[in-house]
Amino acid sequence: MALKRLIYNVTRNPELSPGGALVHAPIVPVQGESYEVHEDIAGEHMLINIGPQHPATHGVLRLVLELDGETVVRCIPHIGYLHSSFEKLGEYRDWNQIVPLTDRMDYLAPLIYNCAYAMAVEKLMGVTVTERCKVVRVILMEMDRIFSHLLWLGTTAIDLGAFTVFLYTFQQREKIYDLHERLTGARITTSSTRIGGMMADLPAGWIEQLEEFMTNFIPVVDEVETLLTNNAIWVGRTQGVGDISAEDAVNWGLSGPNLRASGVTYDIRKDRPYYDYETYDFDVPVGEHGDIYDRYLCRMEEMRQSVRILRQAIDRLPGGPINVDDPRVILPPKTAAMNDMESMIHHFKVVMEGVRAPVGESWFSVESSKGELGMYVVSDGGSKPVRWRVRGPSFINIAALPHMIEGALLSDVIAVNASLDIVLGEIDR
Amino acid sequence: MSNGDAFKKGLEGLDQGPRPSEAADDGAPPPAGDLPEHPSVEALRAEFGESVLRHQVTAGDEHVIYIPSERNVEILGWLRDSPEHRYDFLQDLTAVDHGGGRAIQVVYQLWSIPNKLNLRVKCELPLDGLEIESVFHLWRAADWLEREVFDMFGVVFHGHPDLRRILMPYNYAEGHPLRKDFPLRGRFTRAEQTRRALSMKTEDHYSPQELDIAHALGQPLPDVMVEGGPGVPNQGEMPGIGIGAG
Repeated sequence: MALKRLIYNVTRNPELSPGGALVHAPIVPVQGESYEVHEDIAGEHMLINIGPQHPATHGVLRLVLELDGETVVRCIPHIGYLHSSFEKLGEYRDWNQIVPLTDRMDYLAPLIYNCAYAMAVEKLMGVTVTERCKVVRVILMEMDRIFSHLLWLGTTAIDLGAFTVFLYTFQQREKIYDLHERLTGARITTSSTRIGGMMADLPAGWIEQLEEFMTNFIPVVDEVETLLTNNAIWVGRTQGVGDISAEDAVNWGLSGPNLRASGVTYDIRKDRPYYDYETYDFDVPVGEHGDIYDRYLCRMEEMRQSVRILRQAIDRLPGGPINVDDPRVILPPKTAAMNDMESMIHHFKVVMEGVRAPVGESWFSVESSKGELGMYVVSDGGSKPVRWRVRGPSFINIAALPHMIEGALLSDVIAVNASLDIVLGEIDR
Repeated sequence: MSNGDAFKKGLEGLDQGPRPSEAADDGAPPPAGDLPEHPSVEALRAEFGESVLRHQVTAGDEHVIYIPSERNVEILGWLRDSPEHRYDFLQDLTAVDHGGGRAIQVVYQLWSIPNKLNLRVKCELPLDGLEIESVFHLWRAADWLEREVFDMFGVVFHGHPDLRRILMPYNYAEGHPLRKDFPLRGRFTRAEQTRRALSMKTEDHYSPQELDIAHALGQPLPDVMVEGGPGVPNQGEMPGIGIGAG
């Protein structure tokens, strides 16, 4: 059987602004005539295995591909190589002890996970955190959105052969690592939230360090844009690759930049605002074509918007306590626990028995860097959850991978997989 | 310390958990007639009558309805398709085991992108009848979510095209880990778990569908663990592991 093969002509198609500046891609791949390839390689299917140990799978994802020549006929992902049973473990930990498990899921944006978990439990308990805590958490979540998008940008570029971008973005990530370290003492496993507040308030000079980062960071985004946005190789490898329609994207449950790149305006910060996000002035970038290029544009713009939110949050950062004034939730200050009998008993009870939650359940989701991060906690009135469920955005985004790459070329598999921004720690949990 | 006094005052209430910050005085659930209204719940009652078994509001504003498990596709399909509700986004599909032989709840968390509305739908399945119709054909997002519930709780979703384990290995024989009767360390001893892990064959790393493809192609399976030779390497002979090293 002769094999039909599509060929792609590359045409030069620059779009210029009235001023003569380059607006759009200079090179666009156009689908050309199909032609028949040589008879003797026709119909030769092949089953190949990528991963679980492969640098381009961003962790321990394993893909089994059935290939027809270089075209993917079928893709079957296998996950679970990093399964750590976090949800089961959570049923044996009290509410505050679960916080360290959350940042091990998405180690690329740990503070978003810490905050999302604390917010879900606070909603279940009916605890309202202080104004300062709200703004601090917004700062931390937006900072980690940049943190995660930078990693995505660097690794996706490196998967497509652009090494320089990786060095630029990792230089900037290092600055955020430093901020993590000053705030929490850890670079990745931050564990910084507690039910009802934070492990500690922001250290002195931290905000100034963050402002310095933002000042230096925006020029780097601009520089990366000049490297990639109109780059012929980048455009050729990303435009029209791995595209998914808006309808399909909703049906497959995509969320975050992957969904918005398809043109669906669903952002939890706008649609179900938490922590006064409705009072911040920011835009949600929405794509049109749902391909890798639009996902790239969305994430680039989201980083700029996060900086906007960060600046507003820093301006409005109120003083006052960071933890709620509810002794049944929060540990007493160390000096009080050492000097005062009641505080010491109290400290002992909170540590040994844990905080109790009322009977009930709560679902809470935030817009994480990768999409909708849902936390579902069910309590029977004890100090441990009956069920702690994490709706990981990567888990559901990666499920749509076969849909996007079947019919594409083998080299596009790496590109599409990179463009989804997955983290296996959270997929496998 | 500024809030030292608060700690003294709050000491006696520790067993009751945190006090609600919005000063709900006695914490009792509001009487059934006073539930906040949810447009879809009213419409569901009008459309399906008695099939809306229960309606709850939890954590302040979260509406939960219970429906009979045998009508799940019909009711969820109506919620997805009816023009005034349009729950087009399946946020989550999971299950909850409360333990003590109680029914396992399958939880559908829905969101309507056009109407900006949440709704949680639950079906209760008795432990001796863990079967329910799949919603794969309503939301493709349910594909992996149902596989995960099957893997972790043993709920069988009829009509799912590819229901197999997703997080645990295909030849995992210890049961369904998130069930309350499943011990944290697993059912087998550590020695047995190690023995099974080391004796996995190449076929154990592939799904039945892939085995079929390989068979149809007349091709040996690509080996996951090692380049070249069939089967897994004899890890017992690797330094540092020491099982069967003699």
